[in-house]
Amino acid sequence: MNFSEPFKLSGLLGRFSPDGKCLASCVQYRLVVRDVNTLQILQLYTCLDQIQYIEWSSDSLFILCAMYKRGIVQVWSLEQPDWHCKIDEGSAGLVASCWSPDGRHILNTTEFHLRITVWSLCTKSVSYIKYPKACQQGVAFTKDGRYMAVAERRDCKDFVSIFVCSDWQLLRGQHFDTETQDLFGIEWAPNGCVLAVWDTCLEYKILLYSLDGRLLSTYRAYEWSLGIKSIAWSPSSQFLAIGSYDEKVRILNHVTWKKITEFEHPATIANTKTIVYKEVEKSPSVETERLSFPPPRALASSLFSTQSKYDVSQVPVSLQYIKPAADRANPKMGIGMLAFSPDNCFLATKNDNIPNAVWIWDIQKLKLFVVLEQLCAIQSFQWDPRQPRLAVCTGNSKVYFWSPAGCVSVQVPGEGDFQIVSLSWHASGDSMVLLSKENFCVCYLEREEVK
Amino acid sequence: MGDWKTITVPVLSSDSKNIFQYTSDKKISSPSMNSQVLRLPLPSSKSMHSFFSAFCTEENIEQSISYLNRELTTLGFPSIYAESKGKELNLISIINCMNELLVLQHKNLRAQEEVEMQHLKLGSDMDHLQNCYAKLKEQLELSKREIVGLQERDRQLQSKNRNLHQLLKNEKDEVQKLQNIISSRATQYNHDMKRKEREYNKLKERLHQLVMNKKDRKIAMEVLNYVGRADGKRGAWRTDKTEARNEEEMYKVLLSDYEQRQKQLLVENAELKKVLQQMKKDIISLLPPQKQKPKERSEDGPVLSDLEEDIGELNKENMWELSCETVREQLTNSIRKQWRMLKNHVEKLDNQVSRVHSGALNDKDVISREDHEMETEKLELEIQQCKEMIKTQQQLLQQQLMSPCDDDTTLLLQDCYLLEERERLQEEWRLFQEQKKNFEKERRSFTEAAIRLGLERKAFEEDRGTWLKQQFLSSEQDNRLVKSTSQQRKPHCVLSSSVSAEPCQTSHYTTRNSSSVASKKPAGDDSKPNRWVESDKEETE
Repeated sequence: MNFSEPFKLSGLLGRFSPDGKCLASCVQYRLVVRDVNTLQILQLYTCLDQIQYIEWSSDSLFILCAMYKRGIVQVWSLEQPDWHCKIDEGSAGLVASCWSPDGRHILNTTEFHLRITVWSLCTKSVSYIKYPKACQQGVAFTKDGRYMAVAERRDCKDFVSIFVCSDWQLLRGQHFDTETQDLFGIEWAPNGCVLAVWDTCLEYKILLYSLDGRLLSTYRAYEWSLGIKSIAWSPSSQFLAIGSYDEKVRILNHVTWKKITEFEHPATIANTKTIVYKEVEKSPSVETERLSFPPPRALASSLFSTQSKYDVSQVPVSLQYIKPAADRANPKMGIGMLAFSPDNCFLATKNDNIPNAVWIWDIQKLKLFVVLEQLCAIQSFQWDPRQPRLAVCTGNSKVYFWSPAGCVSVQVPGEGDFQIVSLSWHASGDSMVLLSKENFCVCYLEREEVK
Repeated sequence: MGDWKTITVPVLSSDSKNIFQYTSDKKISSPSMNSQVLRLPLPSSKSMHSFFSAFCTEENIEQSISYLNRELTTLGFPSIYAESKGKELNLISIINCMNELLVLQHKNLRAQEEVEMQHLKLGSDMDHLQNCYAKLKEQLELSKREIVGLQERDRQLQSKNRNLHQLLKNEKDEVQKLQNIISSRATQYNHDMKRKEREYNKLKERLHQLVMNKKDRKIAMEVLNYVGRADGKRGAWRTDKTEARNEEEMYKVLLSDYEQRQKQLLVENAELKKVLQQMKKDIISLLPPQKQKPKERSEDGPVLSDLEEDIGELNKENMWELSCETVREQLTNSIRKQWRMLKNHVEKLDNQVSRVHSGALNDKDVISREDHEMETEKLELEIQQCKEMIKTQQQLLQQQLMSPCDDDTTLLLQDCYLLEERERLQEEWRLFQEQKKNFEKERRSFTEAAIRLGLERKAFEEDRGTWLKQQFLSSEQDNRLVKSTSQQRKPHCVLSSSVSAEPCQTSHYTTRNSSSVASKKPAGDDSKPNRWVESDKEETE
């Protein structure tokens, strides 16, 4: 495993291009495009203001940089560095911006969610989508990029409109109202035929609509308590995992849309078949005689960074449980993160009540498989897009990998702190970019090594 | 019980007072039931004397005697006087009476003892019963008190139960109330939210208008040059046709997804059906043959036969094509039935096993167990025997193989074998010799018989020759006679012919005979035909 040297970064904006050749990162108002393998700077673009958001177009030819404060979106071309494009929303303001799946349209959400403007890069046409819903996931594209679902709200009722991405036409009759109180998010199934719509956390309700707008099913687990926190579709569209505030994940199956199982996340793990990996610190061995002043850089870093390794804990294991304050909104409880592995075999979850643990469930057996207990709170995790390998970061300078063969903790070499807050895999699964607040570094994995 | 009747003795002198007193003293009353004391009837020796002297004195001898006589006669005893009116006493009768009286006294005593014994017994029984009665009364009292206590406890528990129910109801009511409160608050909040949202929407609309109206900052896109579409196509107008096309495409997408899913489900279904079929076959094969359980036969026999038919039907037809309800139901029902039967069977076996373990006395089981044990013992014995046999055989084999260990013994053994053989051979030789002798004897007898036969044959030939000569001579004479009388010839001719025929016949016969003699075995049959020939010859001659 090789690590590159850390590079400057701001705003956690480090993205691999979809074709995997380039890596875009931004430092303040500059956009740097590097080659993935050599990390040599290929292009350098300067924007008008501090960049808040960047996104690659689907064909990796363009990058958009959004500056929300100024309400400007700038688009850069990789093929033609001289080409430039600037979209000014003016007084309408800008809250969000994203590419359309064909890579030629940019959807800007204006302030106060007044409207979504669809700017086209190939024609002079502009489309407007009125009354978009001000929610986290209000726009969802199907995986094949054909259809786009937009959540709207009119007259205090939620609606979903389905548009054809090729010509931004509303699919006939596909403007339906949902039975939600206050729609929180929408997400397409990977097969593009089912749209999951779920309600605010005050109501546990998830609705499943078919592509043609028919309501397929409604699922409500319970009333009154806080409801859905996160959802995830399995890559084969067979399962829908719903994580809720009651620290449970419920799995619905795609045939009957009924719950097939629930996964509980208790603080004590008693099942002997579960493997619990606990991260323990290894104190570094320092030869005191050899110490000299001033200490050389390498030694200094190794003195201050502690090695850690995984130990298999004996079941029963009790994990650190945090009960959040009951009188605050958006409490840190419930299942906050859900992710299916790309081969559909595993589901990784994080219970916000137990922030130091990652729970890995075996989907074939519908049982808890592994629990990773870390020393610090989990910041993020992501599955390798090619194989069942999970990378976890907890805000320290280590990155942790788990695969069915075992798990390993890797220290990122380098001076100073490198607090990894986020990570992102390369599409090939050979490398990943580790992001911290100030820097980023790329980690290259050898095929045979970490298994 | 102890009361004695006072016997008034009539007609007595001043002594009677004493008697009265005495007899009245004998009044024994036993007030307490427990007293077992009986006063013996025999008085003390002192009073005895006074008693005796009180009755009879020198003055009233005759009167006392006559009184006694009267009493005895009234009691049925013979008179003590010698004669009816005489004064002579019959000593013998007196003695007899005395004896009788003594015997009577003894009997009465015995009867009295018995009665007293019975009296004692009854008294003890009575005491015992009284004790029991007292105890039972105590017990009854105790249980009554207990019942009262338990009833009290029961009442307390019931009241507690009622209280708890009440509490539960209260809690439930509270929960319901809280839920109602929550729901009402939620509706209130929703209403407020909606109101605020409407206001907000109004603001947004206003803002939108303002934003759109403002012309100073142009909302526009600056682009160097327009880029071609990703897929190279040119932009198209939005028309109804395109709308329809879009819709069509959407439906196509949906349909393809459904078709794919249906295919998967069909495949899964077919596999599951196969598995079910397999399971059914396995279950049927696992189930025991029904003849062991005649009871079940009547129930399951027809069911099984139906199932067999079903199985046959289902097996014949192609499973993939059968997806209609009835067939599916049949299959599942038949599997369920089979499974139930198997479960019952397994349960029965479990029961049997558990009963055997617990050792309950059920004839069937006991016998079967005994049989089982017997059989196992038999088998063990057999095994033992076989093992022993194998052992001995092995030993023998070992000995055989290990023969050169001791030369003397081997030689001895060999000698033994040789001796055996020799003896056998000797016997055979003996037999052979005997047979040989027999054969020799027979041969000799045959040769003698043959010689005799030859001689006889020779004699016969000579006789024949002479007879032929005679015949020939006689026949010439006859021929002369024949010429004279023709009628007489015929019989003669006949005769002659017959005669001439005869020697042929006889010659035939002899030849035959000799041939037969030659052919026949030398078993002493020669004598017969010889004799026969001779007799024939005699006849003819």
